[in-house]
Amino acid sequence: MRWLFLGQTKVRIPTDWRIPVAVGARQRRLDPTCMLAIVMAAWSILAPARSGAEERRPVPVLPGHTFQSAESQRLQNDDGANPGMLWVEQGAALWTAPAEVSGKSCASCHGDAAQSMKGVAARYPAVETQTGRLLNIELRINQCRTANQGAPALAWESDALLGLTAFVSWQSLGLPKTVHIDGPARPFFEAGRTFFAERQGQLNVACTLCHDDNAGRRLRGDLISQGQTEGWPAYRLEWQKLGSLSRRIRACSMGVRAEILDFGAPEYLALELYLAWRGEGLALSSPGVRR
Amino acid sequence: MAITRIVCPTAAKPGDVIEIKTLIQHHMETGHRRDDIGNAIPRDIVNELAVTYNGVEIFRAELQPGVAANPFFAFTTTATETGDITFTWTDDRGVKTVERRRITVG
Ligand code: HEC
Ligand code: HEC
Repeated sequence: MRWLFLGQTKVRIPTDWRIPVAVGARQRRLDPTCMLAIVMAAWSILAPARSGAEERRPVPVLPGHTFQSAESQRLQNDDGANPGMLWVEQGAALWTAPAEVSGKSCASCHGDAAQSMKGVAARYPAVETQTGRLLNIELRINQCRTANQGAPALAWESDALLGLTAFVSWQSLGLPKTVHIDGPARPFFEAGRTFFAERQGQLNVACTLCHDDNAGRRLRGDLISQGQTEGWPAYRLEWQKLGSLSRRIRACSMGVRAEILDFGAPEYLALELYLAWRGEGLALSSPGVRR
Repeated sequence: MAITRIVCPTAAKPGDVIEIKTLIQHHMETGHRRDDIGNAIPRDIVNELAVTYNGVEIFRAELQPGVAANPFFAFTTTATETGDITFTWTDDRGVKTVERRRITVG
C-alpha cells in the first residue's frame, strides 16, 4: 500500500497503482472537455502548499514510454516504423553536409558520430566552461555551428535542428542519463528544482503535483507520467512530427494556463537540468513515441 | 526529394520471405483545412508509393487524404535474385522521391 494525498484527505491505494493497465481499469475516465480545469482548481485549493523545493526523485524512476499505450511502445521500439527515425535520418544527412561558407561539415571535425557523439546527449544539459552558460543539447549544437562551423544558428523546432538533435541523441541510445549538478551547475539545478515545485498559471498547480503526486493517474486521454526526459526529442502523434523537450514543457505550461516561455528561456533550461537529474540512470530512448 | 527511411535486408537466400518497411517525411495536407485568414490550404499528400524489384512491380499503394503525416508501409516479398528494389513516392505536386536498395540473393 502507499498513500496518496488529495487535498487533506489521505487515500490508501494499492502499490500497483502506477501500472497503466491496472490504473486504466480502476480509474474512471475523465470527461475530456472540462474536467481538467475542475480537477486542477480542486487540487489547487485543497492540496497542501509544498514546503519549497525538496530534493526528491520518484521511486522507482520510470521511463516515459511505460505510461504510453502498447501501440505507441511498439512503434517506439521498431526503428523501421518509428516515425521519429525520419528526423534521425535527416540529422545523419546534415552531419556530412558542408556549410556554405566554411565548407566544413560536422563530420569534418567530429568524424564518425557513432564514436564522437556516443554518450554526449546523455550528459546534457551542461554548463559551458568558458561562458558559464547552461546549454541543452540543441543550444550546444547551435553553439558549435556558430563558433566552430561558421554556419548560422538553426531555428528552434526547425526540422534541421530537430534532426541534428535526434541524430546526436540516437548515438546515446540505451545509455544512462547522468548530468552534473554541482559546481557551476548548482545554481541552475536549484532554479530548476524551485520552478518544478512552484505553483503557476491560472490553474495554480506545480509540475510536481502532476508528475510526482499524480503520476499513473489519468488526465483527459493521457496517463500522467513522471515527466521524465529520456525519450526526447520525441514524435508526438498529436503533433504529427518530432518535437523538442522544450516544446513538450511549453505544452505543459499551456495546460496549466501559465505563461508560455520562449524556447531556450533560462527557466526551461534549468528545468531540463533538474528533470535530467530526477531521471538519472534512465536509458536514453529518443526518438520516443508519445500520444 | 523528401526524407525517407527504408529498412530492407541487404542479403537473403532464394525463396526467403523478406519484410520491407518504409517511412517518408510528408505533412499529408488533407485539403480540408483553412489557414488563419480563412483561405483553403491546398491538398498536398503523397498519393502513391510504388515498389519494383528488378523492374517488376511488387507493391503499390494509393493514399487518400486523411492518412496521417509521415506515412508508413510494411510489406513482404520473396527474394528471387540479386538486384535493386526501387521505391517511388509521388505527391500531389508531382514531386517524386526515388530510393534504391541493393539486395544480394544467393
Ligand atoms: C495538469 C497536470 C500537469 C502539469 C501541472 C504538468 N504536466 Fe507535464 N505532462 C502532463 C501530461 C498529461 C503529459 C503527457 C503524458 C505524460 O507523458 O505524462 C505531460 C508530459 C510531460 C513530459 C514528457 C514526459 C514524457 O516522457 O514524454 C515532461 C518532460 C513534462 N510533462 C514536464 C512538465 C513540467 C516541467 C511541468 C511544469 C512546468 C509540467 N510538466 C506540468 C501533465 C502535466
Ligand atoms: C570546425 C570544427 C567543428 C565543426 C565543423 C563542428 N564542430 Fe562540434 N565541436 C568542435 C569542437 C572543437 C568541440 C569541443 C570544443 C568546444 O567547442 O567546446 C565541439 C563540440 C561539440 C559538441 C559537444 C560535445 C561534448 O562532448 O559536449 C557537440 C554536441 C557538437 N560539437 C556538435 C556538432 C554538430 C552537430 C556539428 C555540425 C552541425 C558540429 N559540431 C560541427 C568542433 C567542430
